[in-house]
Amino acid sequence: MKEEIIIAGFGGQGVLSMGKILAYAGLMNDMEVTWMPAYGPEQRGGTANVTVILSDSPISSPVLDAYDTAVILNQQSLDKFESKVKPGGTLIYDPSGIHHLPTRTDITVVSVDAMQASIELQNSKTYNMILLGALLGLRHVVPVDAVIKGLRKTLPERHHHLIPLNEQAIEKGMSLVR
Amino acid sequence: MKPEDIIKPENKVYARPRLLDDRNTHYCPGCSHGVVHRIIAELIDEMGLEDKTIGVAPVGCAVFAYNYIDVDWVEAAHGRAPAVATALSRLNPGRLVFTYQGDGDLAAIGTAETIHAANRGENIAIIFINNAIYGMTGGQMAPTTLLGMKTATTPYGRRADLNGHPLRITELLAPLDGTCYVTRQAVHTPAAVRKTKAAIKKAFQNALDGKGTSIVEVVSTCNSGWKMSPAKSNEWMAEHMFERYPLGDLKNI
Amino acid sequence: MEEVKLMKGNEAIAHAAIRYGVDGYFGYPITPQSEVLETLEEEMPWETTGMVVLQAESEVAAINMVYGGAASGKAVMTSSSSPGVSLKQEGISYIAASELPALIVNVMRGGPGLGTIQPSQADYFQATKGGGHGDYHLIVLSPATVQEMADFVALGFDLAFKYRTPAMILADGIVGQMMEKVVLPPFRKRRTDAEIAEQCPWAVTGKHGRGHRNVITSLEMDSPKMEENNHRFQRTYAEIEANEVRYQEYYTDDAEYLIVAFGSVARICLKAIEDARAAGIRIGLLRPITLWPFPKKAISDLAGRVKGMLVVELNAGQMIEDVRLAVDGRVPVYHFGRMGGMIPNPAEVLDALKTDFPELK
Repeated sequence: MKEEIIIAGFGGQGVLSMGKILAYAGLMNDMEVTWMPAYGPEQRGGTANVTVILSDSPISSPVLDAYDTAVILNQQSLDKFESKVKPGGTLIYDPSGIHHLPTRTDITVVSVDAMQASIELQNSKTYNMILLGALLGLRHVVPVDAVIKGLRKTLPERHHHLIPLNEQAIEKGMSLVR
Repeated sequence: MKPEDIIKPENKVYARPRLLDDRNTHYCPGCSHGVVHRIIAELIDEMGLEDKTIGVAPVGCAVFAYNYIDVDWVEAAHGRAPAVATALSRLNPGRLVFTYQGDGDLAAIGTAETIHAANRGENIAIIFINNAIYGMTGGQMAPTTLLGMKTATTPYGRRADLNGHPLRITELLAPLDGTCYVTRQAVHTPAAVRKTKAAIKKAFQNALDGKGTSIVEVVSTCNSGWKMSPAKSNEWMAEHMFERYPLGDLKNI
Repeated sequence: MEEVKLMKGNEAIAHAAIRYGVDGYFGYPITPQSEVLETLEEEMPWETTGMVVLQAESEVAAINMVYGGAASGKAVMTSSSSPGVSLKQEGISYIAASELPALIVNVMRGGPGLGTIQPSQADYFQATKGGGHGDYHLIVLSPATVQEMADFVALGFDLAFKYRTPAMILADGIVGQMMEKVVLPPFRKRRTDAEIAEQCPWAVTGKHGRGHRNVITSLEMDSPKMEENNHRFQRTYAEIEANEVRYQEYYTDDAEYLIVAFGSVARICLKAIEDARAAGIRIGLLRPITLWPFPKKAISDLAGRVKGMLVVELNAGQMIEDVRLAVDGRVPVYHFGRMGGMIPNPAEVLDALKTDFPELK
């Protein structure tokens, strides 16, 4: 199994941390992982993307030209990465930032209104975890308990009370693509 | 009196300090460096610090200080002695670490290292020889060169509008929280030599006691660079240098 | 049991340094390597191993602190990125000339000038040909993985102390900023003063009853003696070239064409090669691990077996000069480079190869 994922949007949308949580989940699941950010000084408002690869075998390039799955959170990222999804791959997007919808027909395109869902959960910080839930629901790259284990491992103790909320957000995301 | 009588131990009034090497220095006759070297060699011996002293030599006339005082030395790049001393001091607790720097080294190319080592309060002693000229490279303008003073690069005299003003860096260092002792001395008279020795002793002791950074500026002559006899240089220094660089303690806590 | 961790290459360097028993780190923030200093400050090793960590006022001060620490026989290091490493060159030259061990990390970004903060390999010449003034070399290690970022701290220090010469980890922004799995080395005790006195009799530590002074200096006004110093440096470099060449070959057994690439770019090329092999094109990869000493012989041997070579770098063509010297005109050697922080993807590498060798189309 090898899953090559790009997550792209604005800084501040939790793009890098969503990738990080996914990478940690891969680590918990005994997989090889790479997490390669398009790094920069942008904190909020600028574009941000991260390439995450999860694999059963050693990973060569952390930099890719084609992806199994793309999680797209704004128009610029859709314009840039829609064509880079491998035929038969999956494109997940949040419609709230998208004006021109994806047009590819040789890939699975799924709209996930994570913005709306995070409002329903009454916590905007659950946004990226809802999308992660959608990704896991569609691609089954790692089991949810590996994500939770990863969160427990990486979050400082003082934030552990937030884990149930994150679990709820993942569940919510999964339910949106069921 | 026969020579054999004169050299009897009981007649001895002057001797080379044990840690000052028995060799000719490359310093010009009349240069202040020799006197300050002697003071340092005497103090290291008197304070029992021979085994735990690390000196940091500059680039400038004193570049070969390591050939004259018999302790461990590191020869630093131009201006970087305080950075070198910072690491030596932090990585080797219990040692006396001192730098020996001229005005070009400390107050021009090494200004940043000087200010930041002093601001961090590194437990080091900085011995600063200010003779208002670049001696080693042949008498060019130093940051401390007085206005009107002729040098190889100010052949018509230093002008404030062209070359800026003589830098009183010691005054800049005194207000820093990291410094504990900042003083300006000279070695042109026996009394001044005794005062300078007391000042350097205090600086060494402060470093050993972990009190922070001490700076001892020694206003000095460069008779070759100034193109004067040694005696005339001392007179000229007292007359002109002390006005811009007055002697005494700027800080002592 | 070994604990597998997930971290950035820069963070791995910091953790590996603490575990190796490094005595001092002196640095100055610059993207994309600031995580080294940040991680060290967060870990507070002065509370555990006694390691000194200091944010200097400049890269110039930092490298001179390294010089001072190294002069006293301590294991000391600094890290920076391209513009900062340029500032360090004077100090590196002094460290090399004073025959001191030290570790310098350069997480390269695009230049020249202030350039960009994105990844680059444009400091190859600077790192492998000396960098500062005078005839000297650094041992230059090129990590391609986060694991190698961690492992090369120990390797770099071991080689630096073995040959009394500075070593450099020449990384790029990709391997500095990416996270992947790493097994950190076990904790090793810092050397005691007595061990340093025994292993480094040249160290400046205070005489301590030694009877003679130690002096660390690069100055020698007597030219015949200075020439002899240079001969001694060159003998050391010859010994390093004879004993310390490291490289890795992939798919070279049956390769008709060879890609030569270093650092994380080698991984991009490996993916391109895997894709090409799936299409029946037999390409191999040679990845120099030591950029100096350079794997001349391995490349020369392969020149006798392949039809041509492509050198892929994040620069305008630097390592290719060393490859061409090793190949000595026997097969064509082409270059594919991206600059200014741009990173080629595997498909671009394959396209470049097919352009240079049209028979592959």
